[in-house]
Amino acid sequence: MAAPGRVVLLACGCFNPITNMHLRLFELARDHLEKTGLYKVIEGIISPAHDKYGKKGLVPSTDRIAMAQLALSTSDWVRVDSWESEQKGWLETAVVARHLKRQVQNKHGSVMDSETDGPSRKRRKTQHNVNNIDKNAGSSTAVASGDVQLKLLCGADLLESFAVPNLWRDEHIKELVSDFGLVVISRAGSNPEKFIYESDVLSKYKNNIHLVTEWIQNEISATKIRRSLRRKESIRYLVPDPVINYINEHQLYQPETETS
Amino acid sequence: MSSAQKITDDIFKMAVNGLRHKTPVVLLACGSFNPITNMHLRMFEIAKDFLEKSGKYIVIQGIISPVNDGYAKQGLLPANHRLAMCNLAVQSSDWIRVDPWESQQDQWLQTVKVMRHHKAKLEEQQHGLMETPSKAKKRKLNTRTRSCSQSSVEDIANENEVEEINSRNNAGYIELKLLCGSDLLESFGTHGLWRDADIREIVGKFGIVCVSRAGTNPQKFVYESDVLSEYENNILIVTEWIQNEISSTRIRRALRRHQSVKYLIPDPVIDYIKKNGLFTNDNDILIRSASKYETSL
Repeated sequence: MAAPGRVVLLACGCFNPITNMHLRLFELARDHLEKTGLYKVIEGIISPAHDKYGKKGLVPSTDRIAMAQLALSTSDWVRVDSWESEQKGWLETAVVARHLKRQVQNKHGSVMDSETDGPSRKRRKTQHNVNNIDKNAGSSTAVASGDVQLKLLCGADLLESFAVPNLWRDEHIKELVSDFGLVVISRAGSNPEKFIYESDVLSKYKNNIHLVTEWIQNEISATKIRRSLRRKESIRYLVPDPVINYINEHQLYQPETETS
Repeated sequence: MSSAQKITDDIFKMAVNGLRHKTPVVLLACGSFNPITNMHLRMFEIAKDFLEKSGKYIVIQGIISPVNDGYAKQGLLPANHRLAMCNLAVQSSDWIRVDPWESQQDQWLQTVKVMRHHKAKLEEQQHGLMETPSKAKKRKLNTRTRSCSQSSVEDIANENEVEEINSRNNAGYIELKLLCGSDLLESFGTHGLWRDADIREIVGKFGIVCVSRAGTNPQKFVYESDVLSEYENNILIVTEWIQNEISSTRIRRALRRHQSVKYLIPDPVIDYIKKNGLFTNDNDILIRSASKYETSL
């Protein structure tokens, strides 16, 4: 029997602020992948979105990164990567994934470095104003066994968002599911298979999409955390204590920063 | 224990001295806590926010009272382990404490008896504080004119204080309320599970704070019960908008299956479980379920 393939999990998002729900995604994904016997999860990466993502109420990435680092101080396998937030502008998820894949393959070594610069792609303008910085990055070729794989960790809402017109480039969806792979955490009772079935490209690469059911549900979205903070309600046991202290010290998410 | 006592004294003082227009409340949660989870801890936070936002209450303390081993539910760990885990879980809280009294009794006790005990303890403490001359003196020096002799002023101060507290709420004491989920409220309707007199005492004399998830309808259980309806004003229902399903049953299941429970229960509790090899398969089948009914013991 072949040795389990090494996997690094990448979660992209605002982390505004990071909550226990985000942290649970990693734990659930690792348990699931390792239980198959096919994978060994060697690292988890949290990549907070660039400030220019421009979402209302988004606090500066320096704060979001500091909070994520505090939250991860008790984890021995998940870390924060600030590369995405340090770029000149907002980047598409596929571009971030390409960069981090090269990074982890350099770091953990790859049996066969198949990474080459691909042809530059014609980029269709999406609803986001995109600054393409990573022009040289191409899609990687199929992962040889022994290479570290980078998989995108997400909730079912991301899978669902693939169907929203003009939100994602078709070639990026294809690249993410074919060259990287997805680990989708979804709540018990939801039906992520439906989104896969309804999409031709997702169906084609469904073997690269790992569906994990979150049986112990929680609804600790960052939106709800910000709402509680605005209303001066307790967020203890929903967000790690050091993050709560940071929020209080820096007076983040005050009532005036975001209206309901 | 001594630090908990210190905290208790401080908040009692706060309650007695400071916030006369608000009713001081102590929240008591009874249950197995096998093991304690972040859900249990959240219930306290949610209830405190709710009561204090009403403007009528100040929550001065939360008490976790793990059930006696005599409850004998299948898979129930010995109380010493459950208490240790609760103590680790609340070490970062400045207002919730764990009380071992219930678990130290010779046998399982009805919830109402546990409430009576804690109510009596609270009354004792409050009396103690109110009747300590040095404390009355301090207050007197700050707030009252010195027209009379030391001793007589002191007496007046004490009398006034008692009077003020008496006039604030009927009993004159800190209120003890039972903190629970809507499953407990629902269980009141299960035939033969609770004594009618106990339900009446719990809702009539003490009061309940029920934390229920969004979308459920605990008001229905109140409506369907004559006794609950009678004391409707003593049943405060709080909606938990940020839902979680971190039940102890699910935690034990995950532990048996060697799945991660990180971020669902506090890290020190996870360390304790690992160190002591708790909640493995063997634990769960060793203890035969005797009974879990309120009235059967």
